[in-house]
Amino acid sequence: MVIEARHLNLTFPTDDGPVHALKDVDLIVEAGDFVSFIGPSGCGKTTLLRCIAALETPTGGSLTVRGMTADAARQARSYGYVFQAAGLYPWRTIAGNIRLPLEIMGYPKAEQAERVQAVLDLVELGQFGRKFPWQLSGGMQQRASIARALAFDAGILLMDEPFGALDEIVRDRLNEELLRLWQRTGKTIVFVTHSIPEAVYLSTKIVVMSPRPGRIAKVIESPLPRVRPLDIRDTPEFIRIAHEVRESLHEGGRHD
Amino acid sequence: MNRVLPVLTVLFAILVIWYGAAVILNRAWVLDQAARSGTEVGFGQMLHETMTQERPVLPAPHQVAKGLWDGIVGQKITSKRSLVWHAGVTLSATLAGFALGTAAGLLLAIGIVHNRAMDMSVMPWAIASQTIPILAIAPMVIVVLASLGIKGLLPKALIAAYLSFFPVLVGMVKGLRAPDGMQLDLLRTYSASQGQTLRMLRLPSSVPYLFASLKVGIAAALVGTIVAELPAGATAGLGARLLSGSYYGQTIQIWAALLAAAILAAVLVMLIGAAERATLKRMGFVR
Repeated sequence: MVIEARHLNLTFPTDDGPVHALKDVDLIVEAGDFVSFIGPSGCGKTTLLRCIAALETPTGGSLTVRGMTADAARQARSYGYVFQAAGLYPWRTIAGNIRLPLEIMGYPKAEQAERVQAVLDLVELGQFGRKFPWQLSGGMQQRASIARALAFDAGILLMDEPFGALDEIVRDRLNEELLRLWQRTGKTIVFVTHSIPEAVYLSTKIVVMSPRPGRIAKVIESPLPRVRPLDIRDTPEFIRIAHEVRESLHEGGRHD
Repeated sequence: MNRVLPVLTVLFAILVIWYGAAVILNRAWVLDQAARSGTEVGFGQMLHETMTQERPVLPAPHQVAKGLWDGIVGQKITSKRSLVWHAGVTLSATLAGFALGTAAGLLLAIGIVHNRAMDMSVMPWAIASQTIPILAIAPMVIVVLASLGIKGLLPKALIAAYLSFFPVLVGMVKGLRAPDGMQLDLLRTYSASQGQTLRMLRLPSSVPYLFASLKVGIAAALVGTIVAELPAGATAGLGARLLSGSYYGQTIQIWAALLAAAILAAVLVMLIGAAERATLKRMGFVR
């Protein structure tokens, strides 16, 4: 398994007393999985992702990534992280932005150029390397930020509501492209979303979370095939899973 | 045209007020002269005489303009009466002090952003340093350094640096902290070092703040240099020109030197503004 969490806890001290952001989270992610965390705001889905990325430190339990501590896994450059906003540097070209992690990690110059072109082609931005971020649409900027996370050889892709700020038409297309990209690269993807159709369409495993305290309400293994055309969303199987996710979200919310 | 008209209107208003003030302030001398020689002056003659005195209380604009013109064009540039030569002396110390002050402000800001102890300790001292009137310490610095045999450009540059490091320090502390949590998190996911974060994110992000600070800093450096030229009988520079003018009651010379300093400051700020526009456009901060 690639990611394993056991009784993971995280409490933040605040002025109004400690806040239980994560409570007794148990999670296993296998290599090649596409796992979505879904839940209302405050359920800890982003916090859990940030723990895996070693951007937050759990206060209890154990968490391993590729058999290492989360911190060691980050040092070993095990994952690429895609944020909610593209966050491209305005002073760098698209190619320059994608080269950023490669420069930091000290890849040789020639290899940098090769890798940048390869991932630009992968996200279908092959012609846009010399453009500046402001010359690209929001959807294209987010594709560039995904390319940036793919530029170095991390087996894991962590994505925090990457398409949350985009309109539904662009989001549909990027979802489709992401699935193809996942099938081609064989990466393990952990994906945070608050959209039920998005979670069901993308995932092999849907982790439903509920708030106060943030915890896992249910884990749903998707029986859908790995190759999924967009119209799979009209099949009874898809609708049944979406229904199950919605039910679990309701049940999780009932403890409020 | 839309931008020129308001400027010209304000300029015209200033000239009107200036001429009016010149008549009022210089009238006493004209009347006094007339009383001594026992003659009467008509209104027209009085107007004329308030604007043609050699040492008026307030010189009229055209007198200052003539003084400025004579100082700039009417002399050989190497002459000690040339305002260009004096401005050049002041400018060299201003630029040297500006460079020193900018470097000091930049280094202190980098230290403050990276070191908690410096964050807690440096800023209060930097603020305190600016509450001391520069007029009080400039003569001491000049005299002490002169007694150590250090004269000329360096003492003036130090005073200029003393005034210009502060805006750079304040602006750059804010600028280096400008990247938001997400941008810093991104570099953490790459396990980037502090140096890499500084070079690739903090410094580029701070450029708009840097230019805003530089504009204030260069004007402060010019003021510092002129103040440093006032004491200890300096003979070169716009400050010395101001001082010798006031010794001998040469009000036209004072005003011409003042105006020369103002023009110099405006040109310096405009040059930085041009560099700012070009750089920010190139870096994609503005379109």
